Amino acid sequence: MTMRRLINLKRVEARRIYLTYGVVILAYIICQTMSSTKMLSSSMRGMLVPICAYMVMAVSLNLVVGISGELSLGHAGFMSVGAFSGVASAILMQSVIPFEPVRLALAMIIAAVFAAIAGFLIGIPVLRLKGDYLAIVTLAFGEIIKSILNNFYMGVDSGGVHFSMLTDTTRLLKGGRLIIRGPMGISGIQKISTFPAGFILVMISLMVVFNLVNSRSGRAFMAIRDDRIAAESIGLDITKYKMMAFVTSAALAGAAGALFAMNYSTIVANKFDFNTSILILVFVVLGGQGNMLGGIIAAAVLTILPEKLRQFSDYRMLLYAIILIVMMLATNNAEIKYFLSRLNPFKRREEAE
Amino acid sequence: MIFLNFFISGISLGSIYAIIALGYTMVYGIAKMLNFAHGDVIMVGAYVCFYAISRYGLNPLLGVVIAMAACTLLGIIVERLAYKPLRQAPSLAVLITAIGMSYFLQNTALLLWSSNPKVFPSIIGRGAFKLFDGALSVSHVTVLTIATCLVIMIVLSLFISKTKLGKAMRACSEDKGAAQLMGINVNATISLTFAIGSGLAAIAGALLCSAYPTLMPTTGSLPGIKAFTAAVFGGIGSIPGAFLGGIMLGVIEIFAKAYISSQLSDAVVFAVLIVVLLVKPSGLLGKQLQEKV
Amino acid sequence: MAKAKTKYVTVPSTTILPERDASREPVLECVNLGITLGGIKAVEDFNLTIGRTEIAGLIGPNGAGKTTVFNLLTKVYQPTTGTILLNGKDTHGMSTMQVNKAGIARTFQNIRLFKNLSVVDNVKAAMNNDMHYNMFSAILRLPDYRREEIAAHRRALKLLSIFDMQDMADVRAGSLPYGAQRRLEIVRALATNPSLLLLDEPAAGMNPSETADLMDNIRKVHEMFQIAIVLIEHDMSLVMNICEGICVLNFGHIIAKGTPDEIQNNPAVIEAYLGRRKEAKGSEE
Repeated sequence: MTMRRLINLKRVEARRIYLTYGVVILAYIICQTMSSTKMLSSSMRGMLVPICAYMVMAVSLNLVVGISGELSLGHAGFMSVGAFSGVASAILMQSVIPFEPVRLALAMIIAAVFAAIAGFLIGIPVLRLKGDYLAIVTLAFGEIIKSILNNFYMGVDSGGVHFSMLTDTTRLLKGGRLIIRGPMGISGIQKISTFPAGFILVMISLMVVFNLVNSRSGRAFMAIRDDRIAAESIGLDITKYKMMAFVTSAALAGAAGALFAMNYSTIVANKFDFNTSILILVFVVLGGQGNMLGGIIAAAVLTILPEKLRQFSDYRMLLYAIILIVMMLATNNAEIKYFLSRLNPFKRREEAE
Repeated sequence: MIFLNFFISGISLGSIYAIIALGYTMVYGIAKMLNFAHGDVIMVGAYVCFYAISRYGLNPLLGVVIAMAACTLLGIIVERLAYKPLRQAPSLAVLITAIGMSYFLQNTALLLWSSNPKVFPSIIGRGAFKLFDGALSVSHVTVLTIATCLVIMIVLSLFISKTKLGKAMRACSEDKGAAQLMGINVNATISLTFAIGSGLAAIAGALLCSAYPTLMPTTGSLPGIKAFTAAVFGGIGSIPGAFLGGIMLGVIEIFAKAYISSQLSDAVVFAVLIVVLLVKPSGLLGKQLQEKV
Repeated sequence: MAKAKTKYVTVPSTTILPERDASREPVLECVNLGITLGGIKAVEDFNLTIGRTEIAGLIGPNGAGKTTVFNLLTKVYQPTTGTILLNGKDTHGMSTMQVNKAGIARTFQNIRLFKNLSVVDNVKAAMNNDMHYNMFSAILRLPDYRREEIAAHRRALKLLSIFDMQDMADVRAGSLPYGAQRRLEIVRALATNPSLLLLDEPAAGMNPSETADLMDNIRKVHEMFQIAIVLIEHDMSLVMNICEGICVLNFGHIIAKGTPDEIQNNPAVIEAYLGRRKEAKGSEE
């Protein structure tokens, strides 16, 4: 029977989803025990929260790049919107909600809402474009967000919250606090992000993306990605679904930004530049477009890798670049792939079957 | 008069963008890939030129020629090693490889030449033409930049439209399979495109650093991104588009710096790009491709 | 289903309708439809009426503008002239999506499946407008998500079973054999509940036995759903066997309309397909 040779997608998909949840939970348990038994170096411990944030970024960008098939080069922009709105709201809530986990959760929700609004506003023009033009406009928006935040001032005093652009004209009353200070960003942040919170956010983002993908919306995203004209011909509203994917992705990125920012005492807009957007894209492409687990692993490996390469000091970014190029060649060139598969005894047996 | 001054420096900056954008647009037109490493080729060109002139005391012109040769070679090697094996790969994989190549070039430069900024000697001196009793001052570099850009534009257009190799390039950009069947060596043509683009990048590097004399391993990246934007602005794949896009971007950037805010100038540039793409979704001079149903 | 028993009635726009449709409003009326593509009048003065349960054929030599007509009907191209009435409603200004919601579904000449989705997901994607749960129900897996998904899955399998494809439900659509891909496109189109189904060369690339199966399947679909079907086809045995009315297109113009028998003996049609014979010079419909 020819049918037997065709892969049963449903089983593959289900297995992949459970595997992803399983790996994340297992990794969390291992890291948490290692961290509490002091087996983890302090530099590694410090990286746990950023790794979680990057994992969420990878999952969220994968929704746009892998599932909806649109290239976005400005994803760090949503991360920064989330970081700034999240941190600012956490500072404002400091006296009202003294319990840190609740404040963190609320800050992340606010961050997600702000990033989603940014995603919606940007999505209106962006999603009318296609392919490389869409990519360049997302890049442009990423840079615009960075420029605006670099020139944005926000302060709070007894009279309420004040904003200004370009120069600090908030004229705060005595006892007021300037929270966002243009290119100086936000400093004096209470580091309330924790590894468990990061883990929960990763799990939530996986749940959002997986459940969305396995619903009518997810089918619509992928149908539009595979064939836009056919998708229109069966009555799918292209703009609506593209927007849905884009906004959901932006919201997750915003929450990740808040998590990331509250792991540091200072945060500046320049941290979320084009290079950060590209870094996240690298996670997604290296992990395999549409493959959440791959993106998560890539995020972890590529965040740890520069640390581990520290012993090569000056050569570490060079090695990083070479590893990136070699990995892309190894996973995408037919000849090299064939060569590698011959080296792998398991693969060969599989082919022989 | 101040307005005119800004306008001229805008055109000068735009000319540099245009030369870089040509590299992007030609490679995109033929290989359908965004060569993110292009900006770093500019930086390499500038370094080679810098060492030729200030270390070895060569004639600036000779320095530029050496830099062009070095970048041309670099462009061909990069294409052969990193991009050619991925000709059949999905475009995103190629994009990431190009980004990796960009990091690679930047970090090699960091190791070779350190992160300390070098003061680039102008290839034509720091003199200026004084017009209208000194009210308008146009530096020699500015004039040279604009003139070079015009010459490159004209020569390249003639090359593309008149010569056999140029026609081969156009054929490849239309349909690689058909071009191959007509006896065109597609791989050689793509290499040639990279070679020309990289050679132009060396010129752009020398001009850029003559106008803005700080040279660092990261010097190429921001102009690279802006030039890429310029190429899209003009309609990526179109050579006159790259020229027009580059000039316009330069002028807008200088005016934004002068009249709006120097901190927000990049934001203004990108905002204009977005507006243009919304009105003309394939850029100013780009072709709108209709998908066959 | 014997086609000899069908009686035909002429209607004002000179199409032939099956008698059973004569008293009912036609599903589709095209009046003076035309489009200019790149300076060339690809389709001009296209007048056609399709009855509510008619099976009609659109034939003509390559490049005659048949697919362009489908693209006009589904608004992939906006017509430059003329009107399209669907169920008596003008479709002017509608998008492809809106036309589908209004009742036209189609297949494509060069198969356009959602290659990376499973077979059943291809069909369920087409049922999107029948489902109403929102994204929060999906994320939180609320009861309405489960209810509607189960119902959609059942219906998708039922539709697939018409074409004997229920066993392939979880296979990646892109890895299906060619014939199955064509059939899946038809199932996907049917899943949108159309009142008019446009099939663009459904038998292209099929062998005679596959074509015969396809013919049975099209009849089955027609009987089950009682919808109008228009098909573009080069396989004359299929067209002549299955279609009740045929419209012949050449160089963007309709050169003949009628029953299969009439078309087979129409000199203009023979000329379009075989070239001009000396004796037949100047003969018009």
